[in-house]
Amino acid sequence: MATFEPALFARINKPDSASLKTYQADGGYSRLKEFLSMAPGDVTNIVKDSGLRGRGGAGFPTGLKWTFLPKDHPGPIYLAINADESEPGTFNNRYLMELDPHQLIEGIILACHAIRSQKAYLYLRYEYGTSYRVLDAAIRECRAAGILGNNILGTGVSCDIVLHRGAGAYICGEETGLIESLEGKRAWPRIKPPVPAIEGLFRKPTIVNNVETLCCVTQILYRGTEWFKSIGVPPDPNNPRDPGSYGPKLYCVSGHVNRPCCVELPLGVTARELIEEHAGGVWKGRRAKAVVPGGISMGFLSASELDTKLDFAGPGKVGCLGLGTAAVVVVDDQTSMVDVLYNCCRFMSHESCGQCTPCREGTAWMTKILERIRTGQGRTEDLDLLMEVAGSMGIIPGTTICGLSDGAAWPVKNAISKFRPEFEEYVRSRRATVTSAQQLMAVH
Amino acid sequence: MATVTINGKDVEIGSNERLNCIQAASKAGVEIPAYCWHPALSVVASCRMCLVEVGDKKPDGTVAMQPKLVPGCQTPVKDGTVIIADSQKVKDARKATLEYLLLNHPLDCPTCDQAGECYLQDYSFNYGRGYSRLNEPKNIKPDKDYIGDQITLFTDRCIMCTRCVRFTREVSGSAELQVVSRGSHEEIDIFPGHPVNNPLAGNVVDLCPVGALCSKDFLYQQRVWWLKSTNSVCQGCSTGCSVTVDQNEDKVYRLKPRVNELAQGHFMCDEGRFGWKYTHSEERLTVPQIRSNGHSTSQAWEDVLASVRSSLQKAAAGRQRLAAVLSPWMTVEEAWLLSTCIRSLSPQAVLAVGPVRVSGVDEHFPKDLRGNVIEPVKFTIRAEKCPNRTGVQAVVAHFMDELMPFEELLRLASSGQFSAVYLTGGDPQGWISEMQAEAFSDVETVIVQDFLPSPVLQHATHILPSGTFVEREGVVVNHRGLAQLIRRAVRGPDGSRPDSRILWELSGRSGLFQSEALRAEIAAAVPALAGLADPALKTTGVLLETAQQATV
Repeated sequence: MATFEPALFARINKPDSASLKTYQADGGYSRLKEFLSMAPGDVTNIVKDSGLRGRGGAGFPTGLKWTFLPKDHPGPIYLAINADESEPGTFNNRYLMELDPHQLIEGIILACHAIRSQKAYLYLRYEYGTSYRVLDAAIRECRAAGILGNNILGTGVSCDIVLHRGAGAYICGEETGLIESLEGKRAWPRIKPPVPAIEGLFRKPTIVNNVETLCCVTQILYRGTEWFKSIGVPPDPNNPRDPGSYGPKLYCVSGHVNRPCCVELPLGVTARELIEEHAGGVWKGRRAKAVVPGGISMGFLSASELDTKLDFAGPGKVGCLGLGTAAVVVVDDQTSMVDVLYNCCRFMSHESCGQCTPCREGTAWMTKILERIRTGQGRTEDLDLLMEVAGSMGIIPGTTICGLSDGAAWPVKNAISKFRPEFEEYVRSRRATVTSAQQLMAVH
Repeated sequence: MATVTINGKDVEIGSNERLNCIQAASKAGVEIPAYCWHPALSVVASCRMCLVEVGDKKPDGTVAMQPKLVPGCQTPVKDGTVIIADSQKVKDARKATLEYLLLNHPLDCPTCDQAGECYLQDYSFNYGRGYSRLNEPKNIKPDKDYIGDQITLFTDRCIMCTRCVRFTREVSGSAELQVVSRGSHEEIDIFPGHPVNNPLAGNVVDLCPVGALCSKDFLYQQRVWWLKSTNSVCQGCSTGCSVTVDQNEDKVYRLKPRVNELAQGHFMCDEGRFGWKYTHSEERLTVPQIRSNGHSTSQAWEDVLASVRSSLQKAAAGRQRLAAVLSPWMTVEEAWLLSTCIRSLSPQAVLAVGPVRVSGVDEHFPKDLRGNVIEPVKFTIRAEKCPNRTGVQAVVAHFMDELMPFEELLRLASSGQFSAVYLTGGDPQGWISEMQAEAFSDVETVIVQDFLPSPVLQHATHILPSGTFVEREGVVVNHRGLAQLIRRAVRGPDGSRPDSRILWELSGRSGLFQSEALRAEIAAAVPALAGLADPALKTTGVLLETAQQATV
């Protein structure tokens, strides 16, 4: 394999990489005028041809999403940028926003032009204070330089960005939860239809894109679709519905590794390669027991599945929910899967918005069951109960509005089906060792 | 016409009906259980109780089903829609949802007011699993009796359907209620210091499908299975909300709105909801009397009625005129009986509509916190605080060429024009002032038919204790000419008699009061009230177009 040149991360190690001056010195905004004088439909077609799929988690083809907007809509049309990066283990957007904000801003301007929007709302995770300050400064620089605002660079195209700090909930990263939150409401995901492209923010057509997706848009326009398609995994010829996984991807590796990192690699790298070559291997000389392929809601890869290709289709082939945010979290062989799963469930029950019954009650119930197992009061039939509860919630069986519930159910399904002997052993040994007094202490 | 198939059964849907799966299924007689969906509120599809399998029938006859379950409330039906609501998949989903809903529910049915009319009970019985697999402690949430003057919240019983929240946002507009916290710790609450005291607040109790929101007025008063419901009409204002009167052993316990799109829709205001208390007032008139010089000489109904009849006959034979005041609280039948009775004694007798109480201006909802009404208007509390001005006026207009204002009648009375007046009351807040009553001080015969004391009693020669609306039967006509039936729900206190019975006997009619025969008589005689013969009167009521025009 030829050596891979980072594109999204090409500038992040340069000094003062966040300033407009250095970005322009590296060729940024140089062809913006040219792109803005193209017809919006042509920009959309370039993105569509590149095969770019959304980097936020679901992997929906970006160009296709843009074409869902109603034709000849009188406006306004909005772009909402999802920078609520809240999936545990994910921190790639943060790198992009803190170290190369202009790449993102250029992507926003180009996307706005493509979808004929004049206003973009950047929904930023509240905890990202540095990102906020950097983006705020970058937006001001752009406004002063005529890159944002009315009549950008004399092309007649107008676009401005509203920087909005979020309210600190996982669910604000869900497409329609984000829109509700932007409108100043409780982030309860909306029922679809209508999809946001038809009726979204302030009841106007809205496109919601992830930060990394929009950075890819900048790179695709500058480097061309051929460059983009030369990277990654082409569609599976045996699966006519697979659009392929083209382009570079930012992988976040964290957990029990020697060198947690965020690294740009072509889509399709294996989990083993990421851990061994880029993250310095599993820490303390241990081995990996389980690996989260893309944020905890995607489930787990077992030690024997580490050679799974982390492209959009790969994790699904071994029973995971999908690639998600490509946030790889490594669990070493000294860690109990019961504890790992308990932590996942606790997070999801804390973050369930509480709108749909199965998710609201199911996530909390699974947490309570695991809590009980951890205090030594588990039974092996609890494992079947957990599997049943996990099986009855989520978009996939059709029992919830948004995907949080699937994300809560998947780690449970994966952990119990792939590590069942460990769970059974845990239940047995805990029952024997925890005294009744300790159990009482734990319960009360 | 569109054809929708539900559980293999075809049902026809009108081409301009926009129905969801739940509504279409109910047309076919199939119940799809739901908690969060309510026909008068927006769709949130969050309780996930109404999950069904939905598909489309293709022109070639094959059916393509959607791979996953969809919420029936959110899915509109069209021609060729196929709904399966009884498959194992659907049953399993319902079972799972009910198990989830009951996880943190206290199961305190024995002490819960809702027991007996609780959707959680009904659906658990019909679709639930019958036992719980929860081995962990339940979430315990504090009760909130501060949530409103008339409402209390048993937080732990709540299933988070958010009907109440949507009601205060979409119908009352006051938006007091909200959801706080997240996940299974979610609770309904108010913003501190802003309790749910809007004029429509009581509706959230009816909307609550479980026993979470309870009415403080009704709390622990009765088990609902002892209550007997009677259809009636609220007497609070000229909107004339369709209601049911819930009573047990001649005691009314509550009024609940009855769905009627022709009248008010789904709701009623608190003024009407709690406005029936006078029915059981300690001050009710219960003794019929013949009075002279402030002393009563007889207290037997037979004597009093005979004396009323002879006094009226005597007055009719004299030189002066006879007058009757027909209260806008009377039913059409009562107004007809009194009018015909008086007019048969004296064809020149004066008939006047009693005072119509108007308080403020019509109050429209939803209304935001600044008091601005938001279109479209979903509920109106009318300023005209009597139920049947339209109907009584229509009867009086049949006999009088010109409607005589009540003030004019008072003027004529005080100038000695009348030898006898027949006064009917019925307004629980009082219909005549001390000064107005003075007009009758010199009238020879003053017959007062009322159920509460009023200043005019001191000038009365005959007192006829009558009934409130829950003790009577008859028709009232609301502000837009909708004639609806009120029905007798309870027996009045001993000594009182329903107005219709008093007037029936005074008219010398034989047997018992027969409202239906009387309505046929009125419908034949008064063209404006011809609709009273319509059998729809017994269900939704009948819109009397001519009555409306006659009263403009």
